[in-house]
Amino acid sequence: MQYSEIVMEHFKNPHNIGTMENPDGVGQVGNPVCGDMMKIMIKVKDDKIDDIKFETFGCGAAIAVSSMVTDMAKGKTIEEAMHITNKSVADQLGGLPKNKMHCSNLGADALHKAIQDYLDRKEGRVRRRPDEELEHISSHDKHCYCPYCDYDQPEQVAHCVRCGKPTVEHDHD
Amino acid sequence: METIYFDHISGTTIHPEVKKTMINYINEHYGNPVSQHQLGDAASAALEAARQQVARLINAQPGEIVFTSGGTESVNHAIKGVAMATHDKGKHIITSNIEHQSVSKSLRMLMRMGYRVTSLSVDKYGVVNPKDVERAITKETVLVTIMHANNEIGTLEPIAEIGKITREKGVIFHTDAIASVGVIPFDVDEMGADLVSMAANQFYGPSGVGALYIRPKTRILPIIEGGMQENGQRAGSENMVGIIGMGKAAELAKREMPERIKHLSQLRQAWIERLTTIEAIDINGHPTNCLPHLVSFSVNFVEGESMILMLDEKGICASTRSACASGSLRASHVLIATGCDYAAAQGTLIFSFGITNTMEELDKAIAVLKDSVVFLRNMSPLYKKRAAS
Repeated sequence: MQYSEIVMEHFKNPHNIGTMENPDGVGQVGNPVCGDMMKIMIKVKDDKIDDIKFETFGCGAAIAVSSMVTDMAKGKTIEEAMHITNKSVADQLGGLPKNKMHCSNLGADALHKAIQDYLDRKEGRVRRRPDEELEHISSHDKHCYCPYCDYDQPEQVAHCVRCGKPTVEHDHD
Repeated sequence: METIYFDHISGTTIHPEVKKTMINYINEHYGNPVSQHQLGDAASAALEAARQQVARLINAQPGEIVFTSGGTESVNHAIKGVAMATHDKGKHIITSNIEHQSVSKSLRMLMRMGYRVTSLSVDKYGVVNPKDVERAITKETVLVTIMHANNEIGTLEPIAEIGKITREKGVIFHTDAIASVGVIPFDVDEMGADLVSMAANQFYGPSGVGALYIRPKTRILPIIEGGMQENGQRAGSENMVGIIGMGKAAELAKREMPERIKHLSQLRQAWIERLTTIEAIDINGHPTNCLPHLVSFSVNFVEGESMILMLDEKGICASTRSACASGSLRASHVLIATGCDYAAAQGTLIFSFGITNTMEELDKAIAVLKDSVVFLRNMSPLYKKRAAS
């Protein structure tokens, strides 16, 4: 298989699976059309991520990333957790195959979104409407990226301007 | 750990008799069939015997068989070879939306060179309507290329009917029969095909060898140029060991076909019955007019690659066409063409059985699959959402 041992270990025995009652922040990214969908829920206590859970629909890499990013965020302060990047998640997993790098993006994105949600709520901003989730699913930006090196293409091109491999265009939703 | 192989559509095992024939050949022969001495003659005789074995499998004449490096080369040869030979007649080709990439990418290359391609849609089972083929043919049409059996969902196409139409209209007809030749009966005259692509690794022969059937007087040029091997249609010293293996595999396939089909159909039926014990699974493709050894099914609310990884952990080898597992990260064009939604397409697995598989293996596999589905659905936000509603 193309995955590192750490990836396989997290895939087989993922940490922090599940849901929680009354989360302080929820972040959901991706959609089944693209192949992966990730939802992260956090509980915050004394400015620290006290508890974190995830639900993921996706490939082995997506599940391993969910497990790793939630592990990394647990117990961290909000400030520290905001500094967890796609790259640091991938590094902690012992690397990901090039065409799976976008999965690690989902992990950090979902975490950051959950934190943003928490901050928004704290500042008393209007809670997200329940139907906003649907809106998000159907409003995926039409953009073109490389599935191999994960480079966002400046325009619609058939081959990645960086590595030359065929690109993917999100035009199907 | 015992390995259970359910991925015969990606390449079968090699039949023990085929293996033996190949090893004997490699031990005894090394001559090049074009050489004018005794070693060349021996190789040439073995080559022609293999050609006859492959010809018999599809009811053709030996002189109509060109050996290639596999199914992909056969398809490239058929499509590009006809285009090169007929470019003065017209630049229109008809195909379907569910073809293998070797077909669709060859056609895309021709489109860059100014060819117009009509790609026909299919019904929910993945079947092309022959009337659509008839309607699409114009004076400019030089080639119709429609597959015989779809390699992802197993549906059989009405090739004989399409062949009748192309014959009446005088258009060359190629069928990619890679997934079907050697598995189910295929008669080139009944099918009315002018060009037929096939591969040895679909019927217990080795990988890296295939053949293209070329009906006499078909306008086609070689795509690999050089010496006069393969009647001038494919230059380069032949892959003798592979070809000998393909010949033996063809002979065995012809002889054992009825009993193989019986066994494979029983496995297929039994697997479908076992699948019905898991909730929210859809079976793809035509329920009866299909390959006897392949089941494509969509497990809702989970993604295919993660299921394949879990099955693999327990020694079970199968295949998926989810976007995540593909190099291109796109959902299967075949499933989308049949109207399957994107989320369900992501959870699609392909189980393809072989002659050595057993009912006991199916029982082991269904237990592992059940556990995997429960495990993955338990963490799937889509499943949770569905349970809540």
